[in-house]
Amino acid sequence: MTTPVTWTRKDLVALDALSSDEITLLLDTAKAFKGVGQRTLKKVPALRGKTLVNFFVEPSTRTRTSFELAAHRLSADVVNIAATASSLQKGETLKDTALNLQALLADIIVLRHSSAGAAQFLAERLQASVINAGDGSHEHPTQGLLDVFTMRERFGDLAGLKVAIVGDILFSRVARSNVHALVKLGADVTLVGPTTLVPRSLESLGAKVTHRIDDVLESAQVINLLRIQHERQRKEYFPSLGEYTSLFGLTKARAARIRPDCLVMHPGPINRGVEIDSDVADGPNNVILEQVTNGLAVRMAVLYLCAGNAGAAV
Amino acid sequence: MSTLKITNGRIIDPANQRDEIADLWIRDGVIVDDATSAHETIDAKGLVVAPGLIDLHVHFREPGQSHKETIGTGTAAAAKGGFTSVVCMPNTNPVADNPSTISWIHERANDMAQVNVFCTGAITKGLKGEELAPVASMKKAGIVAITDDGHCVQNNEVMRRALEYARMFDLPLLDHCQDYGIVGDGIMHEGEWSVRLGLPGWPRIGEELIVMRNIMLAELCDSPIHCQHLTSGGSIRLIREAKARGVKISGEVCPHHIALTDESLKGYDSNYKMNPPLRTEWDIDLLIGGIADGTIDILASDHAPHAPYEKEVELDHAPFGILGLETEFAIFCDVLVHKRGAIDLPRLVEMLTINPAKLLRLDRGTLSVGAPADVTLLDPDAEWTYDLTETASPSRNSPFHGHTFKGRAVRTIVAGKSVWAL
Ligand SMILES: [Zn+2]
Ligand SMILES: [Zn+2]
Repeated sequence: MTTPVTWTRKDLVALDALSSDEITLLLDTAKAFKGVGQRTLKKVPALRGKTLVNFFVEPSTRTRTSFELAAHRLSADVVNIAATASSLQKGETLKDTALNLQALLADIIVLRHSSAGAAQFLAERLQASVINAGDGSHEHPTQGLLDVFTMRERFGDLAGLKVAIVGDILFSRVARSNVHALVKLGADVTLVGPTTLVPRSLESLGAKVTHRIDDVLESAQVINLLRIQHERQRKEYFPSLGEYTSLFGLTKARAARIRPDCLVMHPGPINRGVEIDSDVADGPNNVILEQVTNGLAVRMAVLYLCAGNAGAAV
Repeated sequence: MSTLKITNGRIIDPANQRDEIADLWIRDGVIVDDATSAHETIDAKGLVVAPGLIDLHVHFREPGQSHKETIGTGTAAAAKGGFTSVVCMPNTNPVADNPSTISWIHERANDMAQVNVFCTGAITKGLKGEELAPVASMKKAGIVAITDDGHCVQNNEVMRRALEYARMFDLPLLDHCQDYGIVGDGIMHEGEWSVRLGLPGWPRIGEELIVMRNIMLAELCDSPIHCQHLTSGGSIRLIREAKARGVKISGEVCPHHIALTDESLKGYDSNYKMNPPLRTEWDIDLLIGGIADGTIDILASDHAPHAPYEKEVELDHAPFGILGLETEFAIFCDVLVHKRGAIDLPRLVEMLTINPAKLLRLDRGTLSVGAPADVTLLDPDAEWTYDLTETASPSRNSPFHGHTFKGRAVRTIVAGKSVWAL
């Protein structure tokens, strides 16, 4: 057995920075917390008296709600601040806004921001724990962890697990966090998508790259489909959603060829008929709603480890 | 009449192929042959006596943004770095695209400057890349070159006509090489680190395409173009090949581009954000190769001050650029002469004196008898640590705080007067 790992980090900014032991500790802690959700009284006192600020400079109801619920289950007080209501719009800098939050004695700041590096920027300047809830195209560590958690629940050890991540990898923070966690845990990761969105340089992350979904369809034990946001993208990356679906969508015909035990994952919200055919999305392989449930346990674990009172009972 | 004697120093004057231990005499601000008695003597034993260093690429923020830098603070930083002459870029506010702004800068320099200030004018009105700026009247006001630095003329026809037109006035054309379509909103070198950090990439080819364009236009018009702050190994190859064919093309390299790589951005520190961006070891090897074999014969700082509050924001919102003048000679001496052995000290002095002077037709960069007595004393072996709290600039945007270098300027003399000494 390996020696037990202790968590020493105040913040969770990126999975790239974590060791495999730290990731495993996070996942094990999440597993313990998942049990809490099955009790009648869904609360533990681990963060009692602490204040969490959900600071979402870029909107996301799902992630914010998940963090909010996770904080409530740990008995923390929660304040939500959205970009539109914040003074960032009046020209105040991110640093000033954060210092204000700190002056209000926030213990944890969950930050969603459109700039890569924004969470790191705050983490270096604040005493509060900073949890990255997605920073531009950089990372979305809790999404990465919940994806990996879901795979681990199904398959156990991830060493050698064949995982395909399909879609816009270049601009996807979810993909990056997934790749870092999976590669550290020994999985065999293949990135799939158009040459414009899945450049060869991604191999430097330790993953394989292919531009044909046929290459992974029959072998993958996990297919993680990323949301395509063509409307937000520069148009030169691919011509149309229709063309994307014809090349990379998990259509019914393609779904018929996947392994019976293959997990079909998606960080949501799904574009039905784009990344995945509507029937396939509702089919037996998909674990999309399980991912949402697991997200709660993972976020409880992250908040507990980064900001919890040492020794508090789970 | 005042006479200054600098004695016992190693005089390196590449313009006259001089490298010897000798005395240098200055009378009334001019280099003279010798004199019998001196009012003042400086003992330069163990030091190099070089022509005053020239930086042909600096951004002083006047007019318009004096909270970042003024001509006073900028020239103080220049003096601390051993520079006796600097050439200001025109991306001020208002833009230096007209004779009255040029005259304003010259007047301000007369009042405030500690070293010689030369001005460039914009190629196009407002740096917009569309209409030619009034080159003839700016020349009358005293500009030494035209450039849209900070911007790049995208329209090849406009660039061609600018080049042809400038030739009438014997004005060199300098260019910041950046293809806007390819670079887009890129903020760092496109490669492994941009992919890891999730930051938009600024690929090498965004520079190389314009370097290639400039080579072709220089050849077509038989007129020189100088490519500013080159970063890509590919650009060096292009320029080497073109020069061998006799094309009038030249390039410059900045200290940060040979001292740092794109990996420096892994902490999202905006002090490593510059345009053009930091690249890779591969590029550094080729840049230094280009310096060693003469493909590149001019060095410059691209001194670009920004106030701390402007830099202390999310990386994609932070402005590009870093301070350069105070660390420039030190980095070049440390990297090129000591660490890499790419060039010797006389060659380094040449690249920082007579070569930029020749390109811009400045009457500087030499210790010839009769020349203005701009002199820099250098200690090429001095080890020192850069401390940003002591900078002459009101800005603090340098990634070199706390870095130790071997080599530094120890005294700066402009027209026979010491303007700074260690
Ligand atoms: Zn420039
Ligand atoms: Zn510049």
